[in-house]
Parts: sequence; structure tokens; C-alpha cells
Amino acid sequence: SCHSCELKGGIGAKPLGSRGRDGGFQVVTFKWAHVQDPYVIALWILVASLAKIGFHLSHKVTSVVPESALLIVLGLVLGGIVWAADHIASFTLTPTVFFFYLLPPIVLDAGYFMPNRLFFGNLGTILLYAVVGTVWNAATTGLSLYGVFLSGLMGDLQIGLLDFLLFGSLIAAVDPVAVLAVFEEVHVNEVLFIIVFGESLLNDAVTVVLYNVFESFVALGGDNVTGVDCVKGIVSFFVVSLGGTLVGVVFAFLLSLVTRFTKHVRIIEPGFVFIISYLSYLTSEMLSLSAILAITFCGICCQKYVKANISEQSATTVRYTMKMLASSAETIIFMFLGISAVNPFIWTWNTAFVLLTLVFISVYRAIGVVLQTWLLNRYRMVQLEPIDQVVLSYGGLRGAVAFALVVLLDGDKVKEKNLFVSTTIIVVFFTVIFQGLTIKPLVQWLKVKRSEHREPRLNEKLHGRAFDHILSAIEDISGQIGHNYLRDKWSHFDRKFLSRVLMRRSAQKSRDRILNVFHELNLKDAISYVAEGERRGSLAFIRSPSTDNVVNVDFTPRSSTVEASVSYLLRENVSAVCLDMQSLEQRRRSIRDAEDMVTHHTLQQYLYKPRQEEGENVRRWYKHLYSRHELTPTEDEKQDREIFHRTMRKRLESFKSTKLGLNQNKKAAKMYKRERAQKRRNSSIPNGKLPMESPAQNFTIKEKDLELSDTEEPPNYDEEMSGGIEFLASVTKDTASDSPAGIDNPVFSPDEALDRSLLARLPPWLSPGEMVVPSQRARTQIPYSPGTFRRLMPFRLSSKSVDSFLQADGPEERPPAALPESTHM
Amino acid sequence: MGAAHSASEEVRELEGKTGFSSDQIEQLHRRFKQLSGDQPTIRNLRKGPSGLADEINFEDFLTIMSYFRPIDTTMDEEQVELSRKEKLRFLFHMYDSDSDGRITLEEYRNVVEELLSGNPHIEKESARSIADGAMMEAASVCMGQMEPDQVYEGITFEDFLKIWQGIDIETKMHVRFLNMETMALCH
Repeated sequence: SCHSCELKGGIGAKPLGSRGRDGGFQVVTFKWAHVQDPYVIALWILVASLAKIGFHLSHKVTSVVPESALLIVLGLVLGGIVWAADHIASFTLTPTVFFFYLLPPIVLDAGYFMPNRLFFGNLGTILLYAVVGTVWNAATTGLSLYGVFLSGLMGDLQIGLLDFLLFGSLIAAVDPVAVLAVFEEVHVNEVLFIIVFGESLLNDAVTVVLYNVFESFVALGGDNVTGVDCVKGIVSFFVVSLGGTLVGVVFAFLLSLVTRFTKHVRIIEPGFVFIISYLSYLTSEMLSLSAILAITFCGICCQKYVKANISEQSATTVRYTMKMLASSAETIIFMFLGISAVNPFIWTWNTAFVLLTLVFISVYRAIGVVLQTWLLNRYRMVQLEPIDQVVLSYGGLRGAVAFALVVLLDGDKVKEKNLFVSTTIIVVFFTVIFQGLTIKPLVQWLKVKRSEHREPRLNEKLHGRAFDHILSAIEDISGQIGHNYLRDKWSHFDRKFLSRVLMRRSAQKSRDRILNVFHELNLKDAISYVAEGERRGSLAFIRSPSTDNVVNVDFTPRSSTVEASVSYLLRENVSAVCLDMQSLEQRRRSIRDAEDMVTHHTLQQYLYKPRQEEGENVRRWYKHLYSRHELTPTEDEKQDREIFHRTMRKRLESFKSTKLGLNQNKKAAKMYKRERAQKRRNSSIPNGKLPMESPAQNFTIKEKDLELSDTEEPPNYDEEMSGGIEFLASVTKDTASDSPAGIDNPVFSPDEALDRSLLARLPPWLSPGEMVVPSQRARTQIPYSPGTFRRLMPFRLSSKSVDSFLQADGPEERPPAALPESTHM
Repeated sequence: MGAAHSASEEVRELEGKTGFSSDQIEQLHRRFKQLSGDQPTIRNLRKGPSGLADEINFEDFLTIMSYFRPIDTTMDEEQVELSRKEKLRFLFHMYDSDSDGRITLEEYRNVVEELLSGNPHIEKESARSIADGAMMEAASVCMGQMEPDQVYEGITFEDFLKIWQGIDIETKMHVRFLNMETMALCH
């Protein structure tokens, strides 16, 4: 906020051209005072954002120096400029602005994207550090400083024991903003990160209580503090922390419930998330409970249900908006920390005090961490190594919360407020700049285990799930109550009661981790497929028989096609655990990525076709008319669709001609293709019925096909491609109209006279549907009753293979020799 | 404790075999007695398709539990590796119900179906497809690119190990045996 409002207002208030004309009409007036406040705010936000751009121009700098440090330095420079201009500290970080507007987005972002399982798995550790650790830090720092003061080293100050304790309590707390800012560039392993970060969030209750208690004690005067007050202080800790959590949970419940009914107001869905969370923050603040805890738990608890209930676009909007708000807030905070420091009026220097504070907080934190870790390691499954402890102690950064708290002190009651403020600034700068700079090299030098972002693999998820069950069972058998048992009970409770109330019915069915991974994998295959198509300029690409089977899809966005390309829009990471504020799709390239890509493209051959939810979750790539309320297509779209079809048809024609030349000899291949295409088409049922009853039909159709197949060349396409075209085409179709007739598939129309009523209007791989329609491969076994299943031998898996399951004694002997082309990427 | 006269001898033997301490063995024995109703064996286990034993005695019980012991931090690299392999072998046997050394698609499907059976909304078909997909993923991990004529029989133990390479099973597959209050959990 700006202290020089009047000053600036005085300068520019004269309207142009008003001189000499009293009472005349001004054509143009310069009304600075009128716009001043919002203008200045907007300007500062702009400056901060521009600064970020500036920093990232040099990759070398940002990889060494954390952004927060750069911003502080920038703030110092700007503060210096403003100071030189006005000799007044015009802009400072006021506690009101900080606590009401800048802090909530950051904490909400942290809570909403908190990896719950990790968090609750380490909750004991986190709580211990947050509560006991903070109290320890506060007590030891305060008492030590008092001791030094008593020894006279600090000179003559008007401080008492309570002042020291007050100072200790506000300087002791690890700051979430600083931790996030620094750690996100360091990428330590997730357990370490969650411990430090969780601690920084949960210690708010302790900080609030200690701060308030000591502040009121100081106001009362040291002699009037009674034992009752102390007891009240302890009680207030429990009230503040549990109350704050409860407020957060209640609002999370409300939020989840509300999002259950927002089906028809999709556009404002994201708004609910922000408003209700913000309300939880304010409510808790109003009741003098811990606001940070409230908004954190609101985010943590509502995650699952909100993500299940809102549409994909809303989820994306929420994600981006939250990240944007949090990132901007963080930028502004650090910049203003720098600016606020340039204020000679508050500067009071006391060498002993400052230096000793720095020493004490570092030393006592290290001691505290070691002691607590020793205690924890006796109960933890995953032990915390000494290296981890080093990172934990070094990562105890102080930040803007401490600064805001110290500025909030009452200068009359706390005589040495300026000294405190100066010291706090120095401490914050030291931790953020120095520790921020050195933590990366330290982590590398100590060879701390880093985090690995990997693509989720189906097998891992499956086995992970199996593990959970096995471990719960073992815990049950051995008669223990362990984490798995508790988690089991909770998920049971959640499934039975909570989800029924809070989740949309359609979401309840489809919301399963394994299905999600499945869905993600399919989506990724689809994305890479389309990306490949774009790269080659058309969707009509096919790998030539001789060449590489290595995937060559480049996932890095290309500057020219990025904004316009469909694949870029598609390339959204639906469910990654993203602990970084700055990046939304942070993914480190690892060797596994290449393997996974191969895997996914293998999968792609057998893309499963989950049924599409009734019109809701189709991404609309066409432009829709500008409308604030509705997202319905209009007449223009039909035209677009027509043009689209025609273009696709043309492309396919040109492609077909090249293709036909290559594969004259593979007749059987085409036969196969036909069947596959056939089955693929048949497999997506428009009206929501599983093909349980029609497997026999499918088979008879196929058999007929075999008999009828003539030597005439069916188009030599691959149904993935056709599927792709179907997908794109169907996507542009107005999905609100539920016609089963499907679209005009340009690929099939010239050749097939088959039953087009079953033509898929659903994209081959779209999900999250309610059911997963089985692949053709799976369905070949349906006619055979499960009891008589033999072990399926030929599990063909290759870039050239087709339908891989041939029964050992199946009646349909298909010549395995000549296998068709495939777009195996 | 146990009814045998050479109880302490037995305990020592079991200690050596499974690596539990005598306290833990005692506690587990108490639990065993609870589960088995004071019989020497636990009966009426569900019969597997290939006719698993329908009763286990205490030694078997202990052996199974020993797979879930936390990895001793004092062990060296080789022992850790060995222990890891043992745990994975245990898992492998859980999946491989006919114990032929390969996890075939059918067995895999059974596993997935059972895993997802807790969720009433997922159909059997979906479970099937997921199992198929997972199998393919496993195949591509283990075999890489295959020729059209190649056939992938099933997941062998080596392949299984490959799949699990990146995941540290040591930290996941164990249960804390610290506080074993056998709260009479009557399930």
C-alpha cells in the first residue's frame, strides 16, 4: 500500500487546459487522484511480472540464484529509487495487504495441490516438527537472547524477557512462502519436501498462539502475568489449531457439496473454489483461529471431491488461476520485502542482537531437528538419514510471515520495535538469499535423493494397489493398527458415505485411481498421435514397413505451431502431483520417459474406448461464439464441420494413393484391417450399452467379412488414423444432440456398405467414461465362457502385429504370416 | 506359550529361520492362537484354484510374516538385494496362482479383478481391459520391441524384477512390528 498517496495526488491534480478558463468545459482532464490507488497497484503488479520476464531471460542466472533472491534485490533497487525521489518510504508491505490478499492464494495453492497420501503418511513427523520444533525454536532463541542481554553485550535496550520471547516466537516459524520459493527449484525427494513444507504450513497455529499470547503478556506488563494466563495460553493453542482445522474442513465440505450441483453453470465453477476457500480463511481469521490452517485444510479436504465434480475445463481453469495467483503473490511479496527494507527510519542496528539472532536460529534449529529426528526414527518406517537432517535444518527458512508479524507489533508496547524490524529483515534476507543460494549446491554435494517425475505406469499403479491391500491384510492378520489399516478404513468410510454425498453420481463411478491412470495413458497416446499427425502435416501418416520402430515424437512445444495446435491444447497434465508453483507441467526428462513413450504407443494400438459421459467432457476445439453463459455451438459450427470433413477426405485421398502403392501384396493384411476397423467401429456403442449381448453378432459379422472379402483393395489406412479422424470429426459435432447415427466417416464411406448406424461418433479413446468398453482383443474371448479359458498363448506384441490373441484352438484360423501395417508410433 | 516341551528350542529355531526376535515370535504366536482358536493350525482358508493348503501351522504363519519384516539397516548391499528378491518372490507367488513360474494373462486378470472388486462400479470388462493393458506394458518393458512372430508367454520372475526395478520395495513392503497391541480385533 502506498503512503505517498497524498503526495502524488498533489502533483498531478491539475487538469489540462484548464488554465485561464474558469468554469469552461474540459475536453480532456488528467484525473490522477481518481485512478491513483488501483493504478499504482496495477503498476506494481506489472513491474513485478516484467521483472520475472527479465530474470528468466538469462537461464544461467536463474539456475543458480533463486528467483526470490533476485526479486528482493530488485525490490531494494526500486526502493532506493523511490527513496531517492521522494525521501519517503512510499511503499511497504503492510500486514493487512499481506495477510488478506497475498498470503491466502499461496496457501490455498499449497493445500489444493497437496499430495494427500504423502502428507497424511508423514503427518506424525510433520506435526512433531511443526509444534514441538517451533516451540523449541521460540523458547531457546528468546531465552538465549535474553541471557545475552542480561550479560550486557547488547548494550542498553528497553526490553524485558517477554519482549524477547515475543521476538523469539515470531522469528522461529519456518515460512511456507520462502520454503516453496526455494525448494521448488531444488527438487529434493518428496518425503523431505513434504516434511519441511508441511511443517511450514502447520506451524502457523503455534506461531499465532505464541505471538498473541506474548503480545498480550507484553501489553499486560511482565508482572501481571499469572499462572492462569499461562494455562489459558496453552488451551488457546489447542483451540486455535483444532478450530482452524475444523473451519477448513467445514468449508471444504460446503465447497464439495456446492460443486456437486454446478453442472449447469460450468463457466463460474472455478469461482466457487476460490470464493469459498477465501471465506474459510476470513472466517477463521474473524474467529481468531488459525487462518492458514483453515485454508490449508480446506484445500486438502476438498481436492478429491472438487476435482471429481467439476468439468475438465474448470479443473484446468482452477489449476492455472491458482498457480497464477500464487505465483504473482509470491513475486509481489518478495519484491516488496526488498522495497520495505529501504526505510532508514526504521533502521536500528545492534550488532550483538542481529548476529546472535542469526546464530541462534540456525544452531537451535539444527539441534532441534537432530533431537526430533532421533526420536522419530524409532517410529518411522523410512528413516531420516543425517543428510536429510542437514537439509531439514538448512531448509528452515524465514520469510514474509515473520516480517508481517513484526511490523504488526504495537510500537508503544514494544519499545524496541524498530530493532526487531531491522533484525527480522536481516534474518529474512539472510535465509532467503544466502541459504537459498547455497541450498542447491549443498543438496548436490550431499547427494540428497532427488525427486523423480515419471509417467505413471499402469503396472505400478496396479501393484501399488495390490500392495495396499496386502499390507492391510497383513496388518489385520498380525493384529496391528497400522497406516494401511487406517487408510483402508478411511477409504471405506469415504466410499460409503462421503463420496455419496459430495461427489456427483457420475463421478463416483469413474473415480478410481487405476482408471485414472488408464485414462491418462490413453489420453497421452491420443495426444502423441495427434502431435505426430501435426508434425507430418496431415493425419494420414503411416510408417513405412522397413523403418524404425522407435518413437520419434517430440513433446517439446514448437514455437510456431504451439498456440494453434490441437495437441498443445490437449497437452494438459491432468493429474500429476505438482509441487512447484512456477511450473504447471514440470517433468524431468528421464530415461524412463522414452520407455514409457514406447509403452504408450504400444498401448495405443489397442486403445480402449471408455464410453463418453453424456456430452459433458468433450473438449471443444472449435471456436464457439463469445458467450459468457453458454458454451453451445451454433450454425457456424456445422459449416466448419462440413469443411473439416471435406478437407479430411481430401487428405485421405492423397494419402491413400501413396499408400496403396506399397502394399499390393498384403491382401490378408487388408482383410485384417477391415475386421479390425469393423470391430473398432462396432465396439463403441452410442447408447450406453455394453456389448455383452452382442459378441456373437460381432463374430458373425467378422466371419461374413472373411467370406465376403474380395481382392479389391480396401483403403489402406489404419484404424488408429481413422479413429483419429473420427475423433476429431466427432469432436466438432454437436454432442448435445445424441444421435446414434454418428458422423459421416469419410474414410469408410467410399468402401464400406456396412452398418453405419453403429459408426462411432465417440472418440476411440475418450474418457473418463463410466465404463471401459473392452478392446477387440479382450472381446474375442467373450464368446468363450470364462470357465473354459485356456491360457492365451500368442500374445503378439510388436509394431507390426495386429490382433494378438489367437486362441490355441479357435475356429477362426487367421494366417499369422502376413500382418498388416500399423501406425505404431 | 506353545505346548511343546522344547519350547525355547523351537523358538530359537524359528528365530534363526525367520529372523524375528523372541518377543515378536511370542506376540505373533498369541495372535496365531487367537486366529486359529487355539488349534495348532488355522483351517478353512479359501481354496485356491490349484488346491492350496487349506490349513497352515504356526511355522508357515511365521514364515509368511517374515517377508514383511522391515529391512535391517545393518545389512550390507548384498543382503539387502537378497531380501528384496525374497520379498518380490513372495509377491510373484501371490500372483502366480498355479505356480508354474509365469504370470499369465489369465492370472493377471484375476488379480486385477480382485483388486478392483472393491469398487462396485467398475465392471468386469473394465478390469479385463486394464489387465490387458498392464500386461502389454509389462511385455514391452520386458521384451522391448517384439517381432510379429514372437509370443509373450507371461511374466517370468526376471521380468517381474525388471518391472519393479525402479520402485524401492523395501520401504513399501513391510509392516511395523513395533507396537503389537493385539487389540482383540474381532472381524
